[in-house]
Amino acid sequence: MEINDFVQHTGEWLSGAGPEADIVISSRVRLARNLADYPFMSRATAQDRENIKKILRERVLEVVPQANVLCVEVDKLEKIDCQFLVERHLISRELAEIQGARAAVIDTAEKYSLMINEEDHLRMQAMQSGLNLQSVWEQMNRIDDAIEAKVAYAFHEKYGYLTACPTNVGTGLRVSVMLHLPALVITRQIDKVFRSLQKINLAVRGLYGEGSQAMGDFYQISNQITLGRSEIDLVKQVGDIVPVIIDYERQAREFLIKESHENLHDRVSRAYGILRTAQTISSEETMHLLSSVRMGVNLGLIRDLAIPTVNELFLRTQPAHLQKLTGGELDTSDRNIERARFLRKLLNKENGNSGAAHN
Amino acid sequence: MKCQQCEKPATFHITELTGGKPVELHLCETHARQYLTAPSNETAAVGSMAAMLAHQMAVGQTAEELAQLDQQSCQVCGITFYEFRSQGRLGCAHDYVGFQAQLEPLILNIHGELEHVGKRPRRPAVGSEKRTQLIRLRRTLKEAVEAEDYEQASKLRDQIKQMEQEEK
Repeated sequence: MEINDFVQHTGEWLSGAGPEADIVISSRVRLARNLADYPFMSRATAQDRENIKKILRERVLEVVPQANVLCVEVDKLEKIDCQFLVERHLISRELAEIQGARAAVIDTAEKYSLMINEEDHLRMQAMQSGLNLQSVWEQMNRIDDAIEAKVAYAFHEKYGYLTACPTNVGTGLRVSVMLHLPALVITRQIDKVFRSLQKINLAVRGLYGEGSQAMGDFYQISNQITLGRSEIDLVKQVGDIVPVIIDYERQAREFLIKESHENLHDRVSRAYGILRTAQTISSEETMHLLSSVRMGVNLGLIRDLAIPTVNELFLRTQPAHLQKLTGGELDTSDRNIERARFLRKLLNKENGNSGAAHN
Repeated sequence: MKCQQCEKPATFHITELTGGKPVELHLCETHARQYLTAPSNETAAVGSMAAMLAHQMAVGQTAEELAQLDQQSCQVCGITFYEFRSQGRLGCAHDYVGFQAQLEPLILNIHGELEHVGKRPRRPAVGSEKRTQLIRLRRTLKEAVEAEDYEQASKLRDQIKQMEQEEK
């Protein structure tokens, strides 16, 4: 298995399967852990980093099925491969951008991945499509238990698992769901939703986590607090609020259908039209239009396209994916042309309508 | 809608609520990123949130107290509280003990709680004394090498090796 083998696939978490998959793209949990006998990353020497990497990689590989994972030395990776893994949410932006020895162990089915020498010695995540927080947590917990049997984590009787940043101390657990909320954005209710989420200590982030923006109307909702509540409680806290937000989004969609059906249908159809005919298109415009198309498919306004295909397009039109697909480095303007070409090809093949492709 | 700062389409619609009254901004991706990563918007990242909180906690203390506090360093990893305050990241597990008095208000501010109630390692905790000693020894070794005190360095190396062996 190599990185390039991922190119022709999309991970399970983008498959559009699972409960509430029209709005909940994926469920994800991550754990932060540190080895007890090494300093945290900010004080680790180059030698420490090498040792941590070696120890953790060996232990992790004793625990996960070796045939089903890809082991990546991130510091030896080409920039485009790093970006490719970031776009797939298999590694974090931070891991891609920092310096020094670091590694990732990635499940080839993309149901979990482990990062070594990120902000903490070990950051691991498990993910699934749709609303499935409980089962994602159970999978993560099993992996954590198995690794814990082999290494000594930094743990304090009172504070729990110790992390480099006090914002993660205790459980080290971040439970998150990625939601697609276009109707709440159109009806300008999204800020209201966010403010109420913040009041109950939930964080809202964009598509690529911390500090990123909500491209394509995708939002990640996650717990802010990690200490003083059990893992099960935290899973439940996020899990309980999701149906409420889903309900808001559905109401907003119904409102749009009822009160401004023509406008909505027009918006969706224009978006679809542009994606099928554009000759050059940026990544941000693509995301923006795909968001409308995705909602259009879910509302039955577009009938010749399936959600998994739309999900796939969100991923494969991103810069590193596009360059992997065309097999070479492209500058922005060439990328925009290739992106348009790719979209025309895929969307016109999908609906069997070859007319638009000749425009 | 066009971006307020260039000709590109505005795909980011930001409502800034931190000022007196809400301000709406319509920006393209590039300018939105610029706007959101500008120094005045540091709160976006949680890492800097810890640093920011740590700064806030310091308000009310005299400059002298602060300077004293900032000079305190961890006997295991050597990080000073000032370094933590500016980068928002601790240097080692022992900091939670060494800076306990300063960290507890911060932790309480972030989480509203001070005590972990979730899962615990099943294996019995191996003497944490020994672990912090290992970290300390490795640091002293590095310093000895840097000071070209190779005799001391080789002693330390043997000591570390022996401790690591005992682990297994």
